[in-house]
Amino acid sequence: MSADVTKTPSSAPTRGPRELIFETGSPAARCFELPPLDVPEVGAEALAGQARTSAPALPHVTEVEIARHYHHLATMNFGVDSGPYPLGSCTMKYNPRVNEDACRLEGFAGLHPYQPLSTAQGALELMVSLADALAEVSGLPAVTLQPAAGAHGELTALLTFRAYHVANGDARKRVVIPDSAHGTNPATVSMCGYDVVTIPSNERGGVDMDALRAALDTDVAAFMLTNPNTLGLFDENIAEITEMVHAVGALAYCDGANMNAIMGKARPGDMGFDALHINLHKTFSTPHGGGGPGAGPVCVTGALAKFLPGPLPVRLGDGSFSLVWPERSIGRVRSSFGNFGVLVRAYAYVLALGGDGLRAASEQAVLSANYLKERLKGAYPLPYDRTCMHEFVLSGGKLRKEHGVHTLDVAKRLLDYGFHPPTIYFPQIVDEAIMIEPTETEGLADLDRFADAMIAIAAEAVSDPDLLHGAPYTTPVRRLDEARAVKQPDLRWRPAAGE
Amino acid sequence: MTVYPADLKYDKEHEWVRVEGDAAVVGISDFAQDQLGEVVYVDLPSVGDEVVAGETFGEIESVKSVSELYAPVSGTILEVNDDLGSTPETINSDPYAGGWMIKVSVADPSQLDALMSAEDYESFVANEA
Amino acid sequence: MRFSPASCDDRATMLAAVGASSIDDLFAAIPEPVRLGRPLDLPDGVGELEVVRTLRGLAGRTTPATSLVSFAGAGCYDHYVPSIVDHILRRPEFFTAYTPYQPEVSQGTLQNIYEFQSMICELTGMDVANASMYDGATAFVEAALMAARVTKRSHVVVAGSVHPEWRVVLDTYASSGAITVATCPVTDGVTAAASLASMVDAQTAAVLVASPNFLGHIEDLAAIGDVAHAAGALFVAAVNPALSGVLEPPSVFGADIVVGEGQPLGSSMSFGGPGLGFFACKDAYLRQLPGRVVGRTLDVDGRGAFVLTMQTREQHIRRERATSNICSNHALNALAAAVYLSAVGAEGLAEVGRSSIAKAHYLHDALVASGLFEEVWKAPYAHEFALRYTGDVQDMQDALLERGYLAGVDLGLVDPGLDGLVLFACTEKRTRDEIDSFVREVVSL
Repeated sequence: MSADVTKTPSSAPTRGPRELIFETGSPAARCFELPPLDVPEVGAEALAGQARTSAPALPHVTEVEIARHYHHLATMNFGVDSGPYPLGSCTMKYNPRVNEDACRLEGFAGLHPYQPLSTAQGALELMVSLADALAEVSGLPAVTLQPAAGAHGELTALLTFRAYHVANGDARKRVVIPDSAHGTNPATVSMCGYDVVTIPSNERGGVDMDALRAALDTDVAAFMLTNPNTLGLFDENIAEITEMVHAVGALAYCDGANMNAIMGKARPGDMGFDALHINLHKTFSTPHGGGGPGAGPVCVTGALAKFLPGPLPVRLGDGSFSLVWPERSIGRVRSSFGNFGVLVRAYAYVLALGGDGLRAASEQAVLSANYLKERLKGAYPLPYDRTCMHEFVLSGGKLRKEHGVHTLDVAKRLLDYGFHPPTIYFPQIVDEAIMIEPTETEGLADLDRFADAMIAIAAEAVSDPDLLHGAPYTTPVRRLDEARAVKQPDLRWRPAAGE
Repeated sequence: MTVYPADLKYDKEHEWVRVEGDAAVVGISDFAQDQLGEVVYVDLPSVGDEVVAGETFGEIESVKSVSELYAPVSGTILEVNDDLGSTPETINSDPYAGGWMIKVSVADPSQLDALMSAEDYESFVANEA
Repeated sequence: MRFSPASCDDRATMLAAVGASSIDDLFAAIPEPVRLGRPLDLPDGVGELEVVRTLRGLAGRTTPATSLVSFAGAGCYDHYVPSIVDHILRRPEFFTAYTPYQPEVSQGTLQNIYEFQSMICELTGMDVANASMYDGATAFVEAALMAARVTKRSHVVVAGSVHPEWRVVLDTYASSGAITVATCPVTDGVTAAASLASMVDAQTAAVLVASPNFLGHIEDLAAIGDVAHAAGALFVAAVNPALSGVLEPPSVFGADIVVGEGQPLGSSMSFGGPGLGFFACKDAYLRQLPGRVVGRTLDVDGRGAFVLTMQTREQHIRRERATSNICSNHALNALAAAVYLSAVGAEGLAEVGRSSIAKAHYLHDALVASGLFEEVWKAPYAHEFALRYTGDVQDMQDALLERGYLAGVDLGLVDPGLDGLVLFACTEKRTRDEIDSFVREVVSL
């Protein structure tokens, strides 16, 4: 180690932290200038006395400094291209590059949302075609592409449910969710003005039917379920569940975060669900962008179609495309028509894979997950030992009890092995949960490398727990003081006084 | 390992109570602080607020969890430990003294009888863990 | 299969390891009645060449605003985006990464968000900003919901001059019953403090306004803020960040929360999405902030590093009591905005604003001088304005489209109450020649 240090000149570039862009460059540096103004200048007096008196403190940098700054930042990131990214429930599959080119075609990227529809026919056609494909995959005929993300789709669907119930004379009071639900589910329920009722999972990791029966009454507006659920298990009672929900006049909502398991194999509409959101940034290969933008289209039954947010792109009888408002629309959940650039990428994916390809993607995702599960269940306890769908959840509880090594330590050590860690501590019903979703775009060699790393780490936990407590060692920064970040919030750079 | 002072009473939500005349000082047990991890924030009521036994009187947060605080007894808030605003970690380092949270005037002393002794609490915790 | 490296042999190996005789064994948990017993009714997959051909075909069946001389704005603007912006967006380390939940391998995303938050604070004059929201409309609604939490009141008053789509989104979210919404009528193109005052009382959680408003006019933010604060309500202002180099930040007028649509900062119009919601507020409301926020701290070796923080506000921890259900946001658009603002700097941003405003005023005066358009309101405006057309708006726009111009936005299609009005916007991309030619074409109709 010391030998390496002496070999490295102190001025050598590092992969470690970098100064802020505000601290880069020099006061006179500029990257961009406009041509001289070719019309008369408008004086500050035209601005209602609101002309800015002190300039915002933005960076002073040249283009090369920008390029190097963000290049350096990029090298500190781990993306799907960097290596396996088996983040459970997030479906970190490869993002095909042609999709990136497609959304940048001027005929798409250059469209203004208020252009005459006659000048945007190709875009409307793309949206209609994508909506049709999503309707076919989901088994639910009516689709809105407006929602910007999964949670936004949940909100859209629950507001649609509310409008449906109100139209029937009673908005109802409660929404039932299982204890394995994503946090967005209860948060959405609250935003939509309903109270949350949480029911436990049964010993097989599915919905506890007695608990569901007890929770259902005519004050219940909806039951929200992720199926396959967050343990990666398909709920075998699904038809009975949606029947029970409908029997009290409630609606069944499917959180589609896990659609990558069942494309072409089973459809939420056929399971009796009334609505579903699909995360295009998971199942349909659009990139996550470091946290977004995604897209969360919502598919619903014919009975709910008239309540969807508008406007909806439609194909007219003459083969042209237009926008229509559903008869009793809840309104809008955002500006314009949706995250169109994301929709283009998703449609490119649908074209590339086709119906058989989508099914094959799900089949491979499920096979990969089961393969990894079999390879790892000897090294880590598998609380729900069944054939899984596209993901599975291991427990780090044994390592904690016997060796004082937490799931967090295992995750951090994986970074040293060159893998992005799985989702950890979720679902909350598994002690020290490790939730692994390999996706279909990892090959056998990478699955094996990942399994080998996990097994090696389990051995390290026994032989040298402190090694894991101190991990990672090879990353641009090491473990962070997160308590300090909360207690002494430093959420922005500020210019030095007098600057 | 963990210690539960014998002069305190405890409830099932892991709060402790120290009786001081007609008042009760309330905090959380060593077991509770250990389960939470480093405390980064506490949200406490104001002097003069009423609290009800078994109902929440505030919230306590670690970096990645938030838990509700339950009043062991009913009464009016007489004092609040404002120091926890700037040094919430005192709850970890000194849960029974510097980490006290509120002082309540006890409306119904019989509620104190319903609380656990240190011995009972220790076996309660052993069962829970 | 495309995009999956597993070969037939690999699949056989994996099936054997799993102890399954076929792929279908793995799907046995799906009960027979809900299985899809047929292929999906979708076309077969095709190779990349055909994907490109199909998509180029669709893109070819549009006439994008960027290929025209466009005067369309109304919330989505055709500003110049420096080349460096997209080159950075195409770095796979940025666009293929997930939410930065593992900070040790996400410092690029995290540092960028921290820098973005700082820039938004600089533009708006606020103390803190979050990591981004979906768009301006949803950021605006989240501001109303946050104000309700902060004030423990549930009624908000929104200026009728706010973008009609944003107001529909506000009403849609309000259909949950969480808040009630009243709309303050528009007087001469702006919000009159006197009419606002008559609607604001001790039940009002927030007064929400946009400036410039949907009609392009600059609102009297000081007077509106005073009305809000006099009733103990929060003052929420939406701004166009492309004008933040030339207009005072709303903090100067006492705003408590500032939101807006960040698309003008380096994002393409893309038919209206993805855009960029930004959200900033005073320090005092930090614990009620919706969405993610990044903070700077130290790693175990004492190096400065960045991390998602104050997470107990969020849905994955606080669940039904979270400040919002938002999870994914628009991080990549926030990256575009940060690179854009670094590229233009404070001077460049001011030039963009000044140039856009000057060109809009030049166009305005030329159109009024033509005699074919009438000024409707006298209120000051920035880079956008509405005029009444003396003829048929649709006919005029159709004819100009034939000649290569996108002649503004027909306000009658957006709000029937504004029938006959056309909303024109200019960005720095328009030239004097284009404007002169456009006016000549209008006159020649």
